Amino acid sequence: MIATTTNNQLSGAETSLRMRGISKQFGPVRALSDVSFTVRRGTVHALVGENGAGKSTLMKILAGVYQPETGTIEINGKVQKLAKPSEALAAGISMIYQELDLAEHLTVAENVFLGMELPGRLPFIMDHKKMIERTAEIAQRFNFKIDPTTVVEELAMGDCQVIEILKALMRKASIIVMDEPTSSLSETEAVMLFKLVKALRRQGLSIIYISHRLEEIVGLADDVSVLRDGRMVHSGPMANLDIPKIVHHMVGRELKDFFPARTVNIGQTLVRVRNLSSQNGIEDISFDIRKGEIVGMAGLVGAGRTQVAQALFGIDRKTSGTIELDECRPEINSPTDAIANHIAFLTEDRKRTGLCLELPCSWNVTLPNLAAIGMKNIIKPGLESKIVTDIASRISIKWLGPQAPVDSLSGGNQQKILIARWLLAESKFMIFDEPTRGIDVGAKKEVYSLLNELAEEGKAILFISSELPELFGIADRILVMRRGRLVGDVNPKETTQEEVMHLAAVEAAQ
Amino acid sequence: MSKLARQLLPFGSLILIICFLSALKPDTFLTTDNFLNVLRRSSVNGIIAVGMTAIIISAGIDLSVGSMMALSGMVGAWVMILIGGTNPQGAALVLGTFVGVVTGLVCGSLNGLLVTKLKLPPFIVTLGTMSTFRGISYVMNAGKPYNIPHYKYLNEGIVLGIPISVLIFAFIIALAGFLLKYSRLGRYTYAIGSNREAAFHAGVNVDSCLIRIYALTGLVVGIAAMITTSRAVSAQPTAGVTLELDIIAAVVIGGASLSGGRGTIIGTLIGTLLISFLRNGCTLLDISTNVQLIVIGAIIIIAVAVDQLARSKATAGQFE
Repeated sequence: MIATTTNNQLSGAETSLRMRGISKQFGPVRALSDVSFTVRRGTVHALVGENGAGKSTLMKILAGVYQPETGTIEINGKVQKLAKPSEALAAGISMIYQELDLAEHLTVAENVFLGMELPGRLPFIMDHKKMIERTAEIAQRFNFKIDPTTVVEELAMGDCQVIEILKALMRKASIIVMDEPTSSLSETEAVMLFKLVKALRRQGLSIIYISHRLEEIVGLADDVSVLRDGRMVHSGPMANLDIPKIVHHMVGRELKDFFPARTVNIGQTLVRVRNLSSQNGIEDISFDIRKGEIVGMAGLVGAGRTQVAQALFGIDRKTSGTIELDECRPEINSPTDAIANHIAFLTEDRKRTGLCLELPCSWNVTLPNLAAIGMKNIIKPGLESKIVTDIASRISIKWLGPQAPVDSLSGGNQQKILIARWLLAESKFMIFDEPTRGIDVGAKKEVYSLLNELAEEGKAILFISSELPELFGIADRILVMRRGRLVGDVNPKETTQEEVMHLAAVEAAQ
Repeated sequence: MSKLARQLLPFGSLILIICFLSALKPDTFLTTDNFLNVLRRSSVNGIIAVGMTAIIISAGIDLSVGSMMALSGMVGAWVMILIGGTNPQGAALVLGTFVGVVTGLVCGSLNGLLVTKLKLPPFIVTLGTMSTFRGISYVMNAGKPYNIPHYKYLNEGIVLGIPISVLIFAFIIALAGFLLKYSRLGRYTYAIGSNREAAFHAGVNVDSCLIRIYALTGLVVGIAAMITTSRAVSAQPTAGVTLELDIIAAVVIGGASLSGGRGTIIGTLIGTLLISFLRNGCTLLDISTNVQLIVIGAIIIIAVAVDQLARSKATAGQFE
């Protein structure tokens, strides 16, 4: 059987999933319009699109969480009506969400068999031995070394991903959906995951792979489908595509000026860090940042970049070293001190350490600034709303108003709420830790523009990032961290990404 | 269901109960005396519930309020007798009242210090102090109450036709409502309850805020303790046993979330009145106190269930 759908160049009898004419409406918002999506058996199929493009909605329909208004779903040649998640699971669909669903206090084997425990000889007693054996067996098949009796909370994030995959395999899944699987993994863990994904493909499984990291899709995916504003705008083999083409499909325009230009106007030294060490594993860090300068900080996960920021911001206790700001040497022992000395710190995990999600946008913006905007004792809500609305329109935040809870905003706009917070604080020295993580391409570009504007205003900026292209795109200098030490201070115009990666990853020759 | 409708729900139920009882028992229920009586009975619980609201918004809990109330009353009465002899009057009563209130403040501060400095969960700390405060109350006079027959003013005093305890209640409600909404400490209370880590990273001095929240709760418990003492014209070491449960129930019915970040003083006021009118109604309808327990338990579960349902409906339209 050969079938072609209107906007789909993929064909062949080997399809494991065929979604056709899917539409879904949420109140007045049309989330998906007439989307068709075909996945070939034994392939990795990347599903990309900006935040809000409809990826999650489409996958939730596949998982039986949402019901589409129109359209059909065919799994392994059989038309299926997926009225609830258990039906999708029975049809062979396994979802692995960004926030993993593991029972942390149970063992690997118990998690793998959760909900389908093997009965033992006595009623209500599970056959632990058999469960452990079967888990070891299946892990073995994919060359994955793990002790099935380990308690999950003792494992690294990468291993937890793998357990989710084992869980899916044990449930005889034929299609596995992975949502941003590498977002919380280190480089080595990610590499291991890619190997595993390829092994799954060889076994004839289909993987739907959702990711913002286009670089990893290039090496991994056989096919790519791009959603934009609830429509499928492209679907075809990876071989015909490259990153610029994918981005073009995602945003509907060329991103020539992805890293906007900036008038570099570097002034005198504002931040002077000398021999900084902290209890949290950083040693002997020294660097300067001048007014108007964006200094990037590269390094692998665990190299101590965030720990430098935490020591500067008064979160981790310093064991030695000095921080000089504007020729002064302030005592900084808490975030309160740091903010009083005009230091800002945009943390890497906006949900955990950044935002109060159920509270209004305006409250989140003014949280560290109440005293600074003249509300040391009594809050004036009218004035507060006005101040926040002004700053929000300056950086074009899309929201339902200052009173809307932050969790009603998209990821990119949530990030902007935090940026607005530090703009309002009129900080002189701003630390941005992974400010573009998990936000879509359009929002990333806006963040870069904002960083540029801030630098043009004469702020000193420390920009921590795991994405070398963006460091090379906007930083004036790049500091490289490895194992808690500063091992490089390079000019991006005179070096390459490979060299920086080498510095970050390889021990210097003795 | 909109946010407003959700907030109106407990209020609507309160009105409904009042209408229902008015129709059923117009001559006994719908009288000024009965209403003042209900308000007077609500005042002690309501005053403590105000403090509990702030603690619950900060994602904490205080199980020790009942014991703290007994201890504050005992200490206050002990001072009265110490100064004024076995039948204290005048200045001794005033000073004893002051010391009783301060006792509450000290107990609350102790809770706050233990929660922040030892980094213990509030549930554990106040479970411990609940027992300790109660124990001290018993030890003070070998398990017997202190009788202070002239200590009547806080209960019987009437200003402008309104019982003084009701006036104190109204004043505390108004002040706390204002502070929670418009003061920096109030704002920080919500922020800490919503996401303590985020509040810390935004420069909020979390420890100092929490200590103040627990201390202020202790202060209002001290005030409630002296009203209770005055009502009984004696300080009872058994005062307020299981009171904390009624208080938490009132706060939760009023829409506060035990996971923090959500709750209002006005909601708590409605929750407190709801329970009081229910009890009053049951009494007027000759329903035994035992059955009242069943009714109130059901109301707590229904109130929270309806709130949850409304909440999940409200978010069902959102995606991604």
